[in-house]
Amino acid sequence: MDKVQADRWRGVAERTWRPAALLAACLAVWHLITVTGLVEAYLVPSPAKTFGLLVDKWSYLWGHTWVTTYETILGFVIAGVLGVLVAVAMVYSRTIESTAYPILLFAQVIPKIAIAPLFVVWLGFGLEPKVIVAVLMAFFPVVISTVTGLKSVDTEMLDLAATMGGGPVKTFVKIRFPAALPHLFAGLKVAVTLAVTGAVVGEFVGSNEGLGYVILQANGNMDTPMLFAGLIVISVVGVLLFLLLDLAERLMLPWHASRRGAAVTTLLAKGGS
Amino acid sequence: MTGTLTTPAVSIGDVSVRFQSKRAEVTAIQQVSLDVAPGEFVSIVGPSGCGKSTLLKLVSGLLSPSSGSVTLLGEPVNGPRHDIGFVFQRAALLEWRSARRNILLQAEMRGMNSAEAGRRADELIEMTGLSGFENALPHELSGGMQQRVALCRALLHQPRVLLMDEPFGALDALTREQMNVELHRVWRETGTTVLLVTHSIAESVYLANRVIVLTRRPAVVHEVIEVDLAGTRDYSATMARPEFASTTAHIRELLGAVTGQD
Repeated sequence: MDKVQADRWRGVAERTWRPAALLAACLAVWHLITVTGLVEAYLVPSPAKTFGLLVDKWSYLWGHTWVTTYETILGFVIAGVLGVLVAVAMVYSRTIESTAYPILLFAQVIPKIAIAPLFVVWLGFGLEPKVIVAVLMAFFPVVISTVTGLKSVDTEMLDLAATMGGGPVKTFVKIRFPAALPHLFAGLKVAVTLAVTGAVVGEFVGSNEGLGYVILQANGNMDTPMLFAGLIVISVVGVLLFLLLDLAERLMLPWHASRRGAAVTTLLAKGGS
Repeated sequence: MTGTLTTPAVSIGDVSVRFQSKRAEVTAIQQVSLDVAPGEFVSIVGPSGCGKSTLLKLVSGLLSPSSGSVTLLGEPVNGPRHDIGFVFQRAALLEWRSARRNILLQAEMRGMNSAEAGRRADELIEMTGLSGFENALPHELSGGMQQRVALCRALLHQPRVLLMDEPFGALDALTREQMNVELHRVWRETGTTVLLVTHSIAESVYLANRVIVLTRRPAVVHEVIEVDLAGTRDYSATMARPEFASTTAHIRELLGAVTGQD
């Protein structure tokens, strides 16, 4: 039991030390650049100053972080549900697929930052425009990955299901959807990071709260430490949401994750045998 | 029981299958007729790509013939039939389900009584030597074990007709022999009618009452060979029998002739 525990921690340490070392190296380089005066301090603040500010202005940043996180999660969830529904409709109906695909593609290639002002005009400075931009950013990868997943089911498995006579609903619930989950999760992980970007873009265009607003304000005041702090917090939010999904994937798909050795996803691994 | 000894379990009457390829219309099967008696074990051999698998799809209703008729257990086949068991070359297991739960998929899809299905699954697990592997996930099982799970799943609802499409084609020779012995025992114990498509001449003869030899595409029935071996077949003893040797030699010759002609 204790040995298992020890092995587990050794495994975690083995996987973590390389990224940790790289992160430390980056911080060191950042520190050196600022202390040697290679770059002016008002252009790039020192790590000490940036993290000091993070601590000092924590309550200010926390409020804005929560706003952006809320917009992101809301946008992500809506995009996830809508994306899966649209994907299912597209897989089961060729007519819907051929009708919806061009519109989907169009909605994807149109620059979100260019249409974001329109949402502000329509919906004002509240929550809605940010969520809509987040949804638009996150929607496409969910649809594409779910369609791929649903189509990747063995034809033999579907033939077999037909001879078992469970009907389309049972076939979907017991065979097709679970088989699509690995693809779906890949799409969701991309989507959640894009949703963060979407929320921040929405805030850039018009808002008085959120991390996008913090960054714009800091930019206007030439307050580079606050700007850096805002960037760091946004990145941390994105990474945490990603890791949360990764964890959900591991819990829901142990049969799949156990046979996979992706570097990004091993961070939270339970140190398998 | 609707079928009697006089009603064949499977009746294929003058069936042709044509499909449209990019350039031309291709005839996969041409005017094939075949009757399989209840409880009979029939092997189907023929050159690669001759339409052996197509024949099984016709019987299961997964495919409709271009002309002719297919009757299963006295009822004409139109649309997928639920009163059969199907085993493919690939085990086609759900990788997130344990061996036992993969077998029980059959019951869940059919809405069978779960207690009864559980008992039946345990019986089959015992019968096919899967005991101890009930909770293993497919990727933890060897190819032979996976195929046993697929066989159990196909037998769970006690189908009167079992269709097998090269079920042991992906297994190594030793495992394959072992599976042949087990399938022979399962067939004797269940009394199920079996249609087996295979590439192995030895397998086809060892297991069957009759071997159907098909020609190259468009497939027609080249010859039907009655296998005159005892009811219970010990593997090595059967292999050593002169009737076995002469029958396999005859089929090999037929297939050689069949693939050579054009």
